Amino acid sequence: MSEEQRPRRIDCDIHVGVPAMAVLLPYMTDYWREQFVSRGIDNMELASYPPKSPLACRPDWREQGAKPGSSLEAVRSHVFDGLAVDLAICSALYGGQVAMSEYMGAALCSAVNDWVRDEWLEKEPRLRASIMVPAQNPQLAAKEIDRCAEDRRFVQVLLLAANELMLGRSYYWPIYEAAQRHGLPIGIHAGSMYRYPTTPAGWPSHYLQDYASAPQVFSAQLQSLISEGVFGKFPNLTFVLMESGVAWITPYMWRATKTWRGIRGEIPWVTRPPSAEVRERVRLTLQPFDGPDRGEQVERLIEQIGSDDVILFSSDYPHWQFDGADPIPPGFPAGMVDKIAWENPLNTYGRLRESLQ
Amino acid sequence: MTSTTLERTTAPAAVGAGIVDCDIHPSPRQGGASLKPYMPRQWHDHMDQYGDPHNGPYASVYGFPRYMPGTARRDAWPENGGPPGSDLDLMRSQHLDRNNVALGILEPLGFGTTARNVEYGAVMCAAINEWQIDEFVDREPRLRASIVVPQEDSAASVAEINRRGPDRSYAQIELPSLTLEPLGRRRYWPIFEAAASFGLPIGIHVGGPTGARTASGWPSYYNEEHLSLVATMQTHLTSLVLEGVCEHFPDLRFIMIEGGIAWSISLRRRLDRLWRTMGNETPHVRRPPSEYMAESFYFSTQPVEEPETPAALTEIFEQVGWDRVLYASDYPHWDYDDPNYAFRGALPDAQANRVMRDNALGLYRLPHGARAPGEA
Amino acid sequence: MARHVVGKASELEPGERLATTIRGRPVVIFNLHGEYYGLLNRCPHQGAELSKGVVGGIAVADGPGEARCIRPGDFIRCPWHGWEFDIRTGQSWCDPGRYSIKQYQVAVERGDAIVKGPYKAEKIEVSVEDDYLVVDL
Repeated sequence: MSEEQRPRRIDCDIHVGVPAMAVLLPYMTDYWREQFVSRGIDNMELASYPPKSPLACRPDWREQGAKPGSSLEAVRSHVFDGLAVDLAICSALYGGQVAMSEYMGAALCSAVNDWVRDEWLEKEPRLRASIMVPAQNPQLAAKEIDRCAEDRRFVQVLLLAANELMLGRSYYWPIYEAAQRHGLPIGIHAGSMYRYPTTPAGWPSHYLQDYASAPQVFSAQLQSLISEGVFGKFPNLTFVLMESGVAWITPYMWRATKTWRGIRGEIPWVTRPPSAEVRERVRLTLQPFDGPDRGEQVERLIEQIGSDDVILFSSDYPHWQFDGADPIPPGFPAGMVDKIAWENPLNTYGRLRESLQ
Repeated sequence: MTSTTLERTTAPAAVGAGIVDCDIHPSPRQGGASLKPYMPRQWHDHMDQYGDPHNGPYASVYGFPRYMPGTARRDAWPENGGPPGSDLDLMRSQHLDRNNVALGILEPLGFGTTARNVEYGAVMCAAINEWQIDEFVDREPRLRASIVVPQEDSAASVAEINRRGPDRSYAQIELPSLTLEPLGRRRYWPIFEAAASFGLPIGIHVGGPTGARTASGWPSYYNEEHLSLVATMQTHLTSLVLEGVCEHFPDLRFIMIEGGIAWSISLRRRLDRLWRTMGNETPHVRRPPSEYMAESFYFSTQPVEEPETPAALTEIFEQVGWDRVLYASDYPHWDYDDPNYAFRGALPDAQANRVMRDNALGLYRLPHGARAPGEA
Repeated sequence: MARHVVGKASELEPGERLATTIRGRPVVIFNLHGEYYGLLNRCPHQGAELSKGVVGGIAVADGPGEARCIRPGDFIRCPWHGWEFDIRTGQSWCDPGRYSIKQYQVAVERGDAIVKGPYKAEKIEVSVEDDYLVVDL
């Protein structure tokens, strides 16, 4: 296949792994370096992704003894070559985002962002990155956005789906204000601070159930962002729901719109139905795809969403969401691949276009 | 398109023979005071002085103030006083007669199942169970009661099920969805064991007082709380399958009430995929979750999803399974679904019969020798 | 189309409403600050009788937390799902392009004019000196 014919793809959700706390120490102040070393705080992997769980790394991508996604060579071979990807947006999920102490959280997030810049963005020009922020302290998070945003290879701000408060609350608005100012979308990625049970009816027994329940909190956060008026307050901000699935969005749209029609007076600053906000302001990364596996049904799903702008191509590498060489699910209409893998990402992440010029 | 008129969409066949409504809410005319005759004397003062402490900021109302008084239709307040759902005659004229309801399942809410004090809860559950029979079922043969239990105390729950179980006026066991733990957890299994022994299905109805409504804490608005109830349904379905309840109690049936239905389709795919990759964490789950879902679960329609293209609703029913879907009205609550107009896509006649009547008749425990509605 | 006399104008005070049936069709008439408006008494959503709903203003906002209530009395809220309809136009507030209620013209006529016809007033005693509400349907 010639270069012109090859479909162009932007992978909007891959993960690079922090191999150990040691790699972050050079990016910390003396105080924090001393704290992490002397207290022996060595492993702050998220409970949302236990590194050895099958989900954390597809078996054929796993490298013995290495944290999933921690090798640049592996990312080159598995993602850029293996999945025929031209550009990829990476996120390094690590303990700063969930730390109980907002200051420890901020120190870790800054270190991760610097490490990602030095070890990934500098070494691989096809990579872009998300800015990790300590949502535990939105002022510090906004500062971190300002600090990192100067480097235009950072293309979005990343928050986890489950936090200390609902994401629509005005408490978090400094984060949105900073992101909008820099033209960065907010990526809300699967994962939890584990401040509350993973479901509204308490703690399930298994990791499998925690992960299966993730769309619950995504829909709650979407409802929170809408109800608190965030979309109106920040008219230029896009929210990307990352690793939430896709097909759950239509039942959400139907239900939320039905409810809004009747009790919208509770939130009169919301002047259009939730379904309209989703179509215009919300994006969903493709994997893990929870939609139908027949072409005409996928087309109907997109019709029901009411827009083909909403889905963004993603592999969720190295998480084990699909098998084989193509993250595009079986039955996905071939005619839509270019739309979700190229046009939609470029329209969502304003900074990506710069690299094409 | 401007819609100024309504199209009646329910197949007339189902209406002609009577429909089954899986969710009708009765209320005691004077609140808890109406239950005192059914409670041992020593609990009367307890009720007056302490009541049923809710897990929320107010002494006597929900933390999320409702948008309609009493969570109810404005036209459902009886003229002679009392809350909506407390007047059988109004229930008859407004709903049972008007909509040709041949069988209605009562789902009392908020008495006993929500109590943090499970001793008090057990007393309240026993009272509301007797009260349903005296005030509704004995006076109206189209209605059946639910056995409510203090579900956080499984021993007391089993005792209550054993007490009511032989009486076929009770069609199901009713559990709230905001339980302390996901319902698949072992603490609830004795309830399932007892239910299975009487051939009673378990109706899980949205609501209850427990805990933060999301994994990210408490939302601000009633509309958010209303949405979070869907998540409780997803939690219990996931839990009952993955903790092994469906595997262990293959004949037990669960009815997901007032959570809508469309969400179950993508959840089913998600669970199947995760079971394939991480099923080794739950080795007791021997088959793909979708198979358990197709056998163990039913979904009541209300509040039914309203897709922008009405045909999409028919597709949703199709994908959930025409044998899994049950009509529910939620009378007298504000988000009531009218049987004649709620389903905006035309349901094919044969399928409408199943949704509006036949699926429920094959599911609930009905009196011996009782004729099914529409049967000669 | 005929003109139907539905009641004495003086019996429907400002802010009040009158539910009636004309040629088998449920109609609700509102007295809005002295002007009369007629609507089909059936919500286009699920068929509830609108006349059993609450009349009020409409909540709007300039931004989060900056809510105001405007046009008091101009809207009827459906007794079931709470959809709001503009009494003057029949349009829903939530989706005015898609959902609206059929309107009926309500006029006030003198009794002496009505007595001459052609009006239908089967159930109403008409006296020449009073004003009456007349609906075209």
